[in-house]
Amino acid sequence: MCLAIPGKIVAFHERDGIRMGKIDYGGITRDACLEYMPDAVMGDYVMVHVGFAISKVDEQEAARTYKYLAELDQLAEIEMPEPNIGPKFDT
Amino acid sequence: MKYVDEYRDHAVAQKLIAEIKRAVTRPWVLMEVCGGQTHSIVKYGLDYLLPKEVELVHGPGCPVCVTPLEMIDRAHAIARKPDVIFCSFGDMLRVPGSNGDLFQVKAEGCDVRIVYSPLDCLRIATANPDKKVVFFAIGFETTAPANAMAVWQARAQNIRNFSVLVSHVMVPPSITGILQSPYNRVQGFLGPGHVCAIMGYREYEPIAARYKVPIVITGFEPLDLLEGTLMTVRQLEQGRAEVENQYARALTQDGNVEAQKMIARVFTIADRSWRGIGIIPKSGYKLSYEFRDYDAERIFEVANIQAKEPAICISGQVLKGLKKPLDCPAFGKECTPQTPLGATMVSAEGACAAYYNYGRHMLAVDALAGSLQAKA
Repeated sequence: MCLAIPGKIVAFHERDGIRMGKIDYGGITRDACLEYMPDAVMGDYVMVHVGFAISKVDEQEAARTYKYLAELDQLAEIEMPEPNIGPKFDT
Repeated sequence: MKYVDEYRDHAVAQKLIAEIKRAVTRPWVLMEVCGGQTHSIVKYGLDYLLPKEVELVHGPGCPVCVTPLEMIDRAHAIARKPDVIFCSFGDMLRVPGSNGDLFQVKAEGCDVRIVYSPLDCLRIATANPDKKVVFFAIGFETTAPANAMAVWQARAQNIRNFSVLVSHVMVPPSITGILQSPYNRVQGFLGPGHVCAIMGYREYEPIAARYKVPIVITGFEPLDLLEGTLMTVRQLEQGRAEVENQYARALTQDGNVEAQKMIARVFTIADRSWRGIGIIPKSGYKLSYEFRDYDAERIFEVANIQAKEPAICISGQVLKGLKKPLDCPAFGKECTPQTPLGATMVSAEGACAAYYNYGRHMLAVDALAGSLQAKA
């Protein structure tokens, strides 16, 4: 129910006095209310929930998180604990 | 799709699981708060990929599930009135009240419509001036600003034939309730990403400090959930109890201030009844006095309708993380998504429905067959 989908703002318009935008979800476009995103600009990615943009996707944070996740292996090599000490679990 | 596909990467998921295995030294019980998170976990089988020390229990964060039975009955009573167009999110139509669901009400010839956004109802109201348009305003903090905007705009546009049946709930009182229970098993939380996109996460800091539980605000994709699990396990292993933000790409500490302002304009905090759990003080929203003319409960005089849950259902314990769907004798037998007996089976995001839809009722059958064979 709290599902929100990331999409890109490709147009702005007004409907019944409400600030709206066209949001592109990987090829499918749909209107969303942008009243809660006063600073959003064309090309921004926003999270959309029940037809309302609720937050901006931070491109740098997204890149940072993904890079961190993808590099986990190397980090793990550095942080590897000393072997065979303490209780051991079969996993 | 950008910001979705990369968070479903199988190879990265394997690395995260390996990292969780490295981090864990003893058993921990974690709860994912949100129904959307439960759905992802069961869909991708993430709980089966985790080391056996890490147990995930499923939280109360499915608003469709926790909408109380009497509220469903009130919705039906309103939808059955001849001059009403009753609008709802699609998920609510299948939820049974004491006598059938909204699909049945629609089949009787009543005008029940599914809307994508609460703003759609205003257009329906404008196009049907001789009808009364009622919207079933349910949800957590994520949905509250959208529903509040519909009411705010109805007044701004002077739309008089629109009202809302409000059943809004909030996350922090529910997790506080879980932590206060003498039976509580939960030691760390994967916090609700989209709720915090609206509200921020400052209000979780006193909870983490007071109850000494890590709360990691987490997204909904498999890699989000695995990273949230890793961050929570690391805190537990290191003896920390802090609020951390795994889902930094979609939310900030302060949340969406404009949306919070609209919630505060239209709603006030109220005691709410949760299906399967009961009344939790100050756990939801009702329309503020200023907007009483948009209150469908008041307009249609349905507030006196009460209802009782079937006794066999253990959904209250499932919602509090005390039991799992497979612990219920009715699961997958009397109780299925087609014939749900209680909260956690009524919505696709409920833990019982997720287990059923992804075939886990067959595990129960297999286990039973196994134990029967062993006895024979």
